[in-house]
Amino acid sequence: MQMPTPSNSILSRKGHIVARLQSVLPEGAVVHDPVQTRAYECDALTAYKCPPLCAVLPASTEEVSAIMRICFEEGVPVVPRGAGTSLAGGALPTEDSVILGVARLTDVLETSYDDRIIRVQSGRTNLSVTGAVEEDGFFYAPDPSSQLACAIAGNIAMNSGGAHCLKYGVTTNNLLGVTMVMADGEVVEIGGGYMDAAGLDLLGLICGSEGQLGIVTEATLRILPKPEGARPVLIGFDTNEVAGHCVSDIIKSGILPVAIEFMDRPCIRATEAFAGAGYPDCEALLIIEVEGSDAEIDDQLARIVEIAKAHDPVEVRESKSAEESAKIWLGRKSAFGAMGQINDYMCLDGTIPVSELPRVLKRIGEMSKDYGLDVGNVFHAGDGNMHPLILFDANKPGDLEKCEAFGADILSLCVEVGGCLTGEHGVGVEKRDLMTKQYRPEDLEIQMAVKDVFDPKWLLNPAKVFPLEASKGRRG
Amino acid sequence: MTNLTPQSEAELADLVRASSGPLRIMGGGTRPIGDVANAQVLSTAALSGITLYEPGALTLVAKAGTPLDEIDAALRAENQMLAFEPYDLTGVTGAKGASTIGGVVATNASGARRVQAGAARDFLLGVRFVDGEGQVLKNGGRVMKNVTGYDLVKLMAGSWGTLGVLSEVSLKVLPMPEHVMTVAVTGLSDEDAVAAMSAALGSPFDVTGAVHAPACIEEEPFTMVRVEGFEGSVQYRAEKLKELLGRYGDVTTSENAEGWKAMREMVAFSQPVRGSGGALWQLSLKPSDASPVMAEISDRFDVLYSYDWGGGRVWVWAGEEVDHSALHGALQDSATRVGGHATLIHSASAFEGPKFQLQSPVLSRLSQALRAKFDPRGILNPGLMGA
Repeated sequence: MQMPTPSNSILSRKGHIVARLQSVLPEGAVVHDPVQTRAYECDALTAYKCPPLCAVLPASTEEVSAIMRICFEEGVPVVPRGAGTSLAGGALPTEDSVILGVARLTDVLETSYDDRIIRVQSGRTNLSVTGAVEEDGFFYAPDPSSQLACAIAGNIAMNSGGAHCLKYGVTTNNLLGVTMVMADGEVVEIGGGYMDAAGLDLLGLICGSEGQLGIVTEATLRILPKPEGARPVLIGFDTNEVAGHCVSDIIKSGILPVAIEFMDRPCIRATEAFAGAGYPDCEALLIIEVEGSDAEIDDQLARIVEIAKAHDPVEVRESKSAEESAKIWLGRKSAFGAMGQINDYMCLDGTIPVSELPRVLKRIGEMSKDYGLDVGNVFHAGDGNMHPLILFDANKPGDLEKCEAFGADILSLCVEVGGCLTGEHGVGVEKRDLMTKQYRPEDLEIQMAVKDVFDPKWLLNPAKVFPLEASKGRRG
Repeated sequence: MTNLTPQSEAELADLVRASSGPLRIMGGGTRPIGDVANAQVLSTAALSGITLYEPGALTLVAKAGTPLDEIDAALRAENQMLAFEPYDLTGVTGAKGASTIGGVVATNASGARRVQAGAARDFLLGVRFVDGEGQVLKNGGRVMKNVTGYDLVKLMAGSWGTLGVLSEVSLKVLPMPEHVMTVAVTGLSDEDAVAAMSAALGSPFDVTGAVHAPACIEEEPFTMVRVEGFEGSVQYRAEKLKELLGRYGDVTTSENAEGWKAMREMVAFSQPVRGSGGALWQLSLKPSDASPVMAEISDRFDVLYSYDWGGGRVWVWAGEEVDHSALHGALQDSATRVGGHATLIHSASAFEGPKFQLQSPVLSRLSQALRAKFDPRGILNPGLMGA
């Protein structure tokens, strides 16, 4: 993967830039020692690494503003970083960039149960937002699988989803307002505790812009009352195709499960070996979770089972207790770890129309044979958000490149059947050069024109989202 | 001047490219945008038809000029619906046209279910549109989860035709609930009504609407919350809510859904009831700010109003005897003070379009700059949304 050549002028001014940043921040908030900056050299896409010029850890919006003003004046790129859990290289530094980490911005600023909102600083972790309100019976709905670690700032940058967004939506549907520092240090408030935009929906634009339009330092989030309870059913099928049809039928029936998760045979086998959840050895497995009172759950599960039975399942396991629920979820929740035990893997994130599931899964199987790389599928089937995990050996020369080519083919296929490159992980550097598969030059041009408005010098999160070739004329 | 009525997206692009403006973009003409001198109407009426409908994937794609009725009928045949319940302004404006899906999306028109399911913008998956230079652009797609590139889909929703002329939209749809019940409390003060609605919306019983008709529009004020789903579950939750709301007043449950239809059609402010000459505002606030703000406004002005979204939205209506301009200023001042905004949605003058509240100089500057990128010649709905 190509990154732009770092600016020698910036590299040679490192001492000066660090000194200016130190002058506006408390001691210890500027990390510039080359040994220490290595902690910021990559995110969860570990295949690519590059230590930044330095990293700054502000503790307030004012400090973020001061940092941004200096970087704007000095013409230094800024790479915002939440918790560094991006799977797309969204927080990958360039050698001449300042990493702006929000890890010290963790306060809860306001909670109103009457208005069902919480206002937090953006470095707070996703799970600890729920943690702040759950004793009072509320929760924050988006639940990316990294929720223990990932920060709200990163969730907003990538418009993160999670297993439960089939019912509750993704970040953009649960975000009501932000405080954002612009590229030149100006602070702007967008939205607030109310439910719709006063003018153009800039909030909708900011969410998912991968930190390229501004640094979000505070966020007002919608919180929801916790349901009385939730329980899953596990259903196994002989073929992916039948499982796909079953998903469609459930959705059509009027039941709105909170989650419909799908695993294929390679993934089932790997998780069984790893976690021993007692899954049936079948071609495809669905885990469908519904919410409500006990009686409501029983009723919905009965309806789901009735639909599933018309598709000749090889196994139906309805949870009757918290213990059984945990066992059903155990395998799904350890799927990524299990695949990681076998080998290095690359996790893709393409989304397809639900109706295309069987065809796409079949084609991925064929491509897997052609490339000679195994692939397991575990994903959110209700909304067509796939997560093929391609196994490769990072120590074997050429394997990573082969894996990347395979991944690109899968994503092209997703676009071809009417889907998209990424459903919840973001473009980052990983899918940057594939953007031309989904968008024509003019469709990319208008997006870049939007960035021109917010970040005229193109300093924010450089070399992400847009193919380098397309953004060449705009980057410094 | 004759209206421009392109028959295809390509023709739409040609017409915009050839036009020197100003253009007034019109769908069904049911959501007034005001008039400006020398403007030519560009109608999307001929860009009509459902392009794709996959009930099993909860997705519908339609050309922008498709009448809402046609979409509703197609969805109803599969027991599905547009979950965001676009409100119907025709009773209030007296407009004769038929609302189109493009107009609904462009104005982000959302109804009572917004508190639970989301607004029009939350159900919009993809757009095709023609920008101010006559270029066909697209963003998003037809899948429910999509973070590929910037989300111009949300930006186009509620942009009132100022960034481009929508030619096609794809939407997420939802199953129609099997059963609906309304839990109603009568005789509440505004303050208690908002508290009751907050209690209901903060309960685990999945309330899909919470509205209050205060004493100014109903002799006997009433507060309604709605539950939807499978029959047994709905009955269970309605009973639970009845218990929960019992401490606020007399509670009844019913299977009658007419009240929700009346809310959606804004019957309380309609011309058959109130005559023409009135103006309508939408006030967007935190629910807990709603009743104090309305107490203050109704002290100073003779207004009629109702609460939607659990108090998060207040519809405010004033007849012609009220000083509309003074009221407009007062609503915006109050909204600013508590953190919120007020929009004039309909005025009695055909020349006056909606008036939006720009909340800060930097937001205005960003909005203007975006507009200049999408429509460099400034020909699309000039004068709307503060430009």
